[in-house]
Amino acid sequence: MTADQDQSLPLQQAVLDAHAETKPLRLVGSDSKAFYGRAPGDELFLSLSGNRGIVSYEPTELVITARGGTPLIEIEEALNEKGQMLPFEPPHFANSGTIGGAIAAGLSGPRRPWGGAPRDLLLGIKLLDGQGRILEFGGQVMKNVAGYDISRLMAGAMGTLGILLEVSVKILPKPSEEHTLIFQREADEARNLFIEMVGHSLPISATFSQGNQHGLRLSCNRQRLTRIQEKYGLMDATDSHGFWEELRDQKLDFFDQQKPLWRLSLQPTAQLKLSEPTLYEWSGAQRWVFTEQPPEEIRAQIESLGGHAVLFRNGDRSGDVFHPLHPRITEIQKGLKAVFDPKGLFNPGRHHPDY
Amino acid sequence: MGHNRQNLAAVFLKMLPSDCVVYREEELIPFECDGLSAYRKVPLIVLLPTTAVQVEIILKYCHQHKIVVVARGAGTGLSGGALPHEEGVLLSLARLNHIIEIDRDNRQARVEPGVRNLAVSEAAKPYGLYYAPDPSSQIACSIGGNVAENAGGVHCLKYGLTLHNVLQVTLITIDGERLTIGTTGLDNPGLDLLTLITGSEGMLGLVVEVVVKLLPIPERQQVALAAFDDVETAGLAVADIIAKGILPAGLEMMDNLSIRAAEDFVHAGYPTDAAAILLCEVDGSEDEVSEEIMRVRQILLDSGAREVRTAKDEAERVRFWAGRKNAFPAVGRLAPDYYCMDGTIPRNQLGKVLKMIAEMSEKYGLPCANVFHAGDGNLHPLILYDANNHGELEKAEEFGGEILELCVAVGGTITGEHGVGMEKINQMCAQFPDPELETFHAVKAVFDPHGLLNPGKAIPTLARCAEFGAMHVHAGKLRFPDLERF
Repeated sequence: MTADQDQSLPLQQAVLDAHAETKPLRLVGSDSKAFYGRAPGDELFLSLSGNRGIVSYEPTELVITARGGTPLIEIEEALNEKGQMLPFEPPHFANSGTIGGAIAAGLSGPRRPWGGAPRDLLLGIKLLDGQGRILEFGGQVMKNVAGYDISRLMAGAMGTLGILLEVSVKILPKPSEEHTLIFQREADEARNLFIEMVGHSLPISATFSQGNQHGLRLSCNRQRLTRIQEKYGLMDATDSHGFWEELRDQKLDFFDQQKPLWRLSLQPTAQLKLSEPTLYEWSGAQRWVFTEQPPEEIRAQIESLGGHAVLFRNGDRSGDVFHPLHPRITEIQKGLKAVFDPKGLFNPGRHHPDY
Repeated sequence: MGHNRQNLAAVFLKMLPSDCVVYREEELIPFECDGLSAYRKVPLIVLLPTTAVQVEIILKYCHQHKIVVVARGAGTGLSGGALPHEEGVLLSLARLNHIIEIDRDNRQARVEPGVRNLAVSEAAKPYGLYYAPDPSSQIACSIGGNVAENAGGVHCLKYGLTLHNVLQVTLITIDGERLTIGTTGLDNPGLDLLTLITGSEGMLGLVVEVVVKLLPIPERQQVALAAFDDVETAGLAVADIIAKGILPAGLEMMDNLSIRAAEDFVHAGYPTDAAAILLCEVDGSEDEVSEEIMRVRQILLDSGAREVRTAKDEAERVRFWAGRKNAFPAVGRLAPDYYCMDGTIPRNQLGKVLKMIAEMSEKYGLPCANVFHAGDGNLHPLILYDANNHGELEKAEEFGGEILELCVAVGGTITGEHGVGMEKINQMCAQFPDPELETFHAVKAVFDPHGLLNPGKAIPTLARCAEFGAMHVHAGKLRFPDLERF
């Protein structure tokens, strides 16, 4: 195991050097999400994984502060020991990943609609910006409305605004019991069942549908589980150990395809017309589909439903991997990029073709 | 600058229906302050548009003619965020007050910014849904104002702030362009601009439509009321509850002065001789709640509570909460004026902070009652004073400022949910060094390069901080020199 280290100063020096010579950098944690985002160019690698270690963790404050390069596994172990968890259930993909990378990518696991996303849970950051300045925003407290919420803006920014030297994340108690129900139903029947169930105060913490196979995770004790099964006609459901981790890390058979994989984000009940099989999570708010259909067609359909589409894996990674933005919003984002990284040093082109 | 009230009124009367334009001196007076009445300014003109298109027209004109615009919701804000500008337009969004849609299946509501917070939950109730953030002013405050302030409430620990419950806003930029920020899904492409807009205090754009998330109404709620002989033990009991893996829907603390005030006011049945009480609410299904409230009760007793009561019925539960929700007006009856503060601290600092506030109270000769969102560390000290006594307001402000700086010194923040506005602009200098403040200004300039939206609020200029710093570092010493700095 690598020793904990605060590498703020060497990283700051590396950025100052890059700034002086205007040499763009490719920021890399554990590189577990190298497949994600637009293709990087031939920028210089800057490894962030040495800057690691839990800085502070007090379970009763429901917050953990860790250096950006800290492996997710290490954080999850520390939390698990105290019966707590990262509520956004970050994907690990290749069984690795750092906390900084998880926040920068902004991806969440099956618990997302109930536990929140990185942007919801990020309380504060120590940021190394594109001019080599170390800035602090937010803090370790849940409620904080002093100044603009710069911390949360970093969630999902793909490292394009700065290096997350340290992050403070809200954590939650882990449910003492969780149960998985896997069952077969006609797609429409299951869809209506899920709409009905998520509209009630039930301890749901994940949903899954693909074709006629469906899954539910319930965070409650056995007695309640049985009552819910009886009430909603789910007595035939079976358990499946490790199912949600496999879904989270895209290890289910469904994900074993080479075609372009699209992540569709939209209103839970929105009805899409796609010919390929679709996998549904988040009670319909997140969907996955492997398709060769032209990106413009997919995007036009999603956009008309108020959602957006990401080319998640495979396919042409040099084009619009993320959903194209309204011109004025692009302008605002370029403006923000210039605030944090005026010379465009960090992960150029990874998030948007223009910056 | 130097716009003339009569000319401006003539211009807007041509663009808008006459009932949308307020310009007679006596009619402008009601708009001179928001919920922080210590600060007052009469705006040049008040505009009360009824449609988003009218808002666009107004902003386009103001942008073209470089006229300052201050947005106002219901005017319940406590930090002077909607304090008018003497040379500017006060743009009230209160009349954009329609609930456009309640979408039961997607559990979302699309509303205009002037819709009252509580009205959303009332409209959603027939579908078994509600809107979670519940600031104490929820009967009057508007959703637009909630977005501007990132408003909280007593259920934030479990259900989050406004930020966590808003999916999409329609924003009109200072030059009158209408943008959709966020989606009706759970995330959006590009940078998450919604995180910047929420809590931006009307400095980046004007929100004319909001899509909020609705939650299923819990089957049952139950509250435990615990009495303690000292506040420190009560603080530790909060940590014990969390350590045992319980995530209460609400977890509130009141000190003795607040307890007595609330009891006199609403007769909630509080033990008036307790040094502190804790209210701990759990929600969920019938038997989950029954089981959990018994656990909470035991933890509280084990933590040193002298007495724990659980509400006998719904009426008593509502009464227990009524005391807390009316704490501000209740304390307000103890003195001609009160000044409400809003710092957040790490919970484990509570004992120390309350002790130091008590010392300050003695030093300034002003009583101070404390109510505390114990679950999320958000402290509301209420300083009692009489503005008619010469110099007392200034003394109360100085006392309040010192409390906020103490919050920063122990690792917290100067505002948990009320916003910086005009009120805490100096304390921002204590919380943020110059490079961070410069970053805030640069972010503002991306949206509003001419600084026309709510100028002078939320983010202090570096010059102001230099002046403030000179004033506060007496003889080269910072306040609280013996505290470890975070």
